[in-house]
Amino acid sequence: MSIFLDRSSRVIVQGITGRMAQFHTREMLDYGTNVVGGVVPGKGGEKVHGVPVYNTVKEAVAATGADASLVFVPPPFAADSIMEAADGGIRYCVCITDGIPAQDMIQVKRYMLRYPKEKRMVLTGPNCAGTITPGQALLGIMPGHIYLPGPVGIVGRSGTLGYEAAQQLKDLGIGVSTSVGIGGDPINGSSFRDILEAFQEDPATEVVCLIGEIGGPQEAEAATYIQTKMTKPVIAYIAGLTAPKGRTMGHAGAIISAFGESASEKVEILTAAGVTVAENPSVIGDTIAKVLRRKAA
Amino acid sequence: MDIHEYQAKEILKSFGVGVPDGALAYSPEQAAYRARELGGAKWVVKAQVHAGGRGKAGGVKLCSSEHEILDVTSDMFGMKLVTHQTGPEGKGVYRVYVEAATPFEREIYLGFVLDRTSQRIMIVASGEGGMEIEEISAKRPESIVRQTVEPAVGLRDFQAREIAFALGIPPALTQQMVRTLQGCYRAFRDLDATMVEINPLVITQDQRILALDAKMTFDSNALFRHIEISELRDKSQEDPRESRAADRGLAYIGLTGNIGCIVNGAGLAMATMDTIKLAGGEPANFLDIGGGATPERVAKAFRLVTSDKNVQAVLVNIFAGINRCDWVAEGVVQALKAEPLDVPVIVRLAGTNVEAGQQILAQSGLPIIRAGSLMEAAQRSVTAWKNDSAQNTSQHSRAKTTA
Repeated sequence: MSIFLDRSSRVIVQGITGRMAQFHTREMLDYGTNVVGGVVPGKGGEKVHGVPVYNTVKEAVAATGADASLVFVPPPFAADSIMEAADGGIRYCVCITDGIPAQDMIQVKRYMLRYPKEKRMVLTGPNCAGTITPGQALLGIMPGHIYLPGPVGIVGRSGTLGYEAAQQLKDLGIGVSTSVGIGGDPINGSSFRDILEAFQEDPATEVVCLIGEIGGPQEAEAATYIQTKMTKPVIAYIAGLTAPKGRTMGHAGAIISAFGESASEKVEILTAAGVTVAENPSVIGDTIAKVLRRKAA
Repeated sequence: MDIHEYQAKEILKSFGVGVPDGALAYSPEQAAYRARELGGAKWVVKAQVHAGGRGKAGGVKLCSSEHEILDVTSDMFGMKLVTHQTGPEGKGVYRVYVEAATPFEREIYLGFVLDRTSQRIMIVASGEGGMEIEEISAKRPESIVRQTVEPAVGLRDFQAREIAFALGIPPALTQQMVRTLQGCYRAFRDLDATMVEINPLVITQDQRILALDAKMTFDSNALFRHIEISELRDKSQEDPRESRAADRGLAYIGLTGNIGCIVNGAGLAMATMDTIKLAGGEPANFLDIGGGATPERVAKAFRLVTSDKNVQAVLVNIFAGINRCDWVAEGVVQALKAEPLDVPVIVRLAGTNVEAGQQILAQSGLPIIRAGSLMEAAQRSVTAWKNDSAQNTSQHSRAKTTA
């Protein structure tokens, strides 16, 4: 089992003819992901790495039975592509694009409410590294080889910091059930809480590693969920203890603008909710290993 | 992206929000002349900087003669205004806004923000204007009125009326308040703002609703569709290193420490700064060179980080996932051979082909300090910086002795 993505997922890539998209489509195919099509308006009929390109998502879904999509479309047009995926019958969508206007994402979130919950697409990102279920499928831009299959669910905003955790786990011989990037934007498709709920329900996940950072209410929201609903142990790391207030630290959403949004406040809130917080990024792997050992004992 | 008060007022005025008559000046003489053009007997002279808290810092003065305007603005022009929002280095004053003084009866706080909890535009208002919102939420939280806007239909008039009544605006002014709220909302939505703040919004003695101050911030990700807003960028209000970095497509933020950081990925960059602090040092900057970490980007990053004269050691932390560590290591070596640095360089690589990368660094003949984990890299950076500065001090004292 896994969340959102497994070897039966049928994947399309929106914007597949772009340079980066072509590169990562190759990587995904090499990983064994079942990439069944691409979508680029006006390029229907072409092929990329042998994968057929369609003009619209609906056409691609009709022809291939696709249920997952990776959006690799430039920022001015990305929101429209996500909405097209939601309307075209895609069940799980990852948006990689960095730089989508916040108000476009507000529109996307509102648009998705048109669909009843059981038919509503799950979106993760934008501005994220993607999702991987090790040994099964990769929907994103992460290096597949740093993930072993195993019991740890990873959810994080940052790409490279998530890789750091996965690599440390691999070095300790520990694997990952699914790793999900929720992205660094202020308005995102899924929150930490949404992903924690999925991990809580996932039989393959035994512990969860949450990698947060400064800015926004989603870590605090996650803490409330962990404390009240979650039975699986959660390990967290929060970046940005030294980040100055009111400055955007690379990610559009990484800005301390209200009470409770600094790293130290988030660490405090998570600790109070029973989360084991790793003090520095070099010990994320060891901290998870300890929790796993304690659980086994 | 931030803009000046006078620019925000021009924009809001074009959306139907009332503002006092005012005019911009680039010199004391212009300021005095503008005051005469505006007419009246009392003027407010306001330093135009991208920061709040100007009043307490001496950036806002009430004047009652043209001579007084000359005197006051002569001091203002060229000064570095230090407010609680600027940091100790302050922000330069090169433009001054002259406004007809407006006698008022009531002050109101009005803010529009992107609310990350509801993921919608939110209006925050309070009858306790004049204070900052942080102070209002601490002292009079019950005075705060909030409304979120449903994006499919926009701000409805009934919501605006509810705000007006909750704030106790006199019934005769309800329509004016609704117009003000709708104007701010449309400006926010149409121009992709991330914040509109009017503090204070006042009810004048002659029963008009006017924005006495105005602040607008725009979504940098949406500037591609607002050329007219991009043109309002004022580089004199930015840290020169940050402007240079932004022009080169790098995300850089200058800090006050002395260990420079070059990292790929925003989260990892913050984590690197935090680890330096934990190891007993202080980071000099935040820098995310992006996922690629090409040799060109690494070289640019070295130049940028060491242009800060406080930097006494540079920590490079790259996670090579899609790329390989050997390729990143080649880039670092090339950059350092082309432009040698006179401060210690600590390199930590992780990810694909890490052993090959380490070997390239070791065999380069360059005095690169290598580290395995991020914690180790941070500790070595702090040690290297301390040794280096100790050495410099002793060299310095030796030179003195010889002289």
